[in-house]
Amino acid sequence: MSDDELKKVANEVRRGIVTAVHAAKSGHPGGSLGAADIITYLYFEEMNIDPADPHKADRDRFVLSKGHCAPALYSVLAERGYFPKEDLETLRHIGSHLQGHPNMNDTPGVDMSTGSLGQGISAAVGMALAAKHWGDAYRTYCLLGDGEIEEGQVWEAAMFAGNHALDNLCLIVDHNGLQIDGTIEEVNSAMPIADKFRAFKFHVIEVADGNDMAQIRAAFAEARATEGAPTCIVCETVKGKGVSFMENNVGWHGKAPNDEQFEQAMAELAKEA
Amino acid sequence: MADVKKVATRASYGEALVELGAEHDDFVVLDADLAAATQTGKFKAAYPDRFFDAGIAESNLMGLAAGIATTGRVAFASTFAMFAAGRAFEQVRNSIGYPHLNVKIGATHAGISVGEDGATHQCCEDIALMRTIPGMTVIVPSDDVEAKAAVRAAYEFDGPVYMRFGRLAVPVINDHDGYEFEIGRGIKLREGKDVTIVACGLMVQAALEAAETLATKGIDAEVINIHTIKPLDEDVIVESATKTGRVVTCEEHSVIGGLGDAVCAALAEKHPVPVKKVGVNDVFGESGPAVDLLHKYGLDAEGIVAAVEAFMA
Repeated sequence: MSDDELKKVANEVRRGIVTAVHAAKSGHPGGSLGAADIITYLYFEEMNIDPADPHKADRDRFVLSKGHCAPALYSVLAERGYFPKEDLETLRHIGSHLQGHPNMNDTPGVDMSTGSLGQGISAAVGMALAAKHWGDAYRTYCLLGDGEIEEGQVWEAAMFAGNHALDNLCLIVDHNGLQIDGTIEEVNSAMPIADKFRAFKFHVIEVADGNDMAQIRAAFAEARATEGAPTCIVCETVKGKGVSFMENNVGWHGKAPNDEQFEQAMAELAKEA
Repeated sequence: MADVKKVATRASYGEALVELGAEHDDFVVLDADLAAATQTGKFKAAYPDRFFDAGIAESNLMGLAAGIATTGRVAFASTFAMFAAGRAFEQVRNSIGYPHLNVKIGATHAGISVGEDGATHQCCEDIALMRTIPGMTVIVPSDDVEAKAAVRAAYEFDGPVYMRFGRLAVPVINDHDGYEFEIGRGIKLREGKDVTIVACGLMVQAALEAAETLATKGIDAEVINIHTIKPLDEDVIVESATKTGRVVTCEEHSVIGGLGDAVCAALAEKHPVPVKKVGVNDVFGESGPAVDLLHKYGLDAEGIVAAVEAFMA
């Protein structure tokens, strides 16, 4: 797919995110919208996957360590054909396969249950380690939040991945600068993020605009070509990207739009397409 | 019983892993810088390529094991009970329990028989913590034979398993023909009519010894080995309680949330009878030789005899 085509898909994904969170009347639209381009690129361009066979043994793995951005993952999976897009409107409803945070045993295409921050990365490292050990060819991708990396477990996992030179592992830090209680600087910053991962023996790629498909493409290509070390792509993103009143507004970390806001958001996203 | 063979169940764990490793290559063993103590070092020596050390990072240890298990293989994850069930509780719950992954947790140095290291390392809460996790199987083997059988059963079992092993060498009591281990099935070791003693771990041997002493005092005790705390073999307990009318539970664990409470819950619903719980009475342990500590906290045959006598009086 071309960058323009991917951009259109990402816009559809954003519409799905807003639709899902609105229907759920709760959830995390800000981070989901900010990460939409990265996850779209992974499932539509980068990863070896088959929506008709979600468990195929040699598939590339994706772990959404920042599990609260489940609406983004669900919307991408629906757009990719893992399940009907109408399911998005059941997000967080009783009986839905779309739980508030991802559950691998409920949702086709979800490779790991996540949601408690800092845990997904360990599972991703375990997947990469298993691939090395048993000679499997798949790659493992893991998306972390820049607030999430305040969790100590993230660095336990990073230390292990770096020491074991897991070059089949690619972390992506969704660096939007905001967490629930404020900016990451105000709360408890993990900055400088790139230097930290370098110190943990990662090949680090810094992406100035993590909502730009060309830059995302270049980063994943470099990660794939990297041997002898795991990669960490630090992507500067805009939380709430695509919906004007949600952009860079921490108030939209974990709040659903009301009907009026929903209409406005969908209208803005329609213009984008 | 002076000349009886004694083996620490942690040693049995290490040996069982080596035996299993000779038969299967679809599992790996992970530790958190305690391989010599947990005895996974035996597996490391035999199969260095199949052993991974997470270092002193138990949260990541559990997550790594979960990730490995998502690929359809089995991961054994080992550290002390305090860190496996305590420090990493939430990782076990959310990354292993919730997705119901094939991680087998080998938790050693459980209970106060850790000895000299003292209260920080004497985990008496792990059974309680682990049995609250939906779908978690909790096994507390009583000796070398049972521990080895449990490791094999856990490997073959579909789902997460928590195995509790001890540091202290304990008498081998199950090395006889006819011993059979099945997850979730208790074993009646001694018939009796006056009181039922339900025990797990090193307290099984103590219960048997106590029953002999009680017999000389005119109390005929039935002894049941409940090696699987979850799922609990309620049938064998209810059947025995129906006969004896009194139950004493014995565990090297807090009286809160462990075997005793599991038994009480089952009996309360199915056949209420008076129950006395022998265990660690809501206190922290302390430093000292393991055997002396067990005695001080009433976790030996003498302690059980005293508890039963008081209960029957």
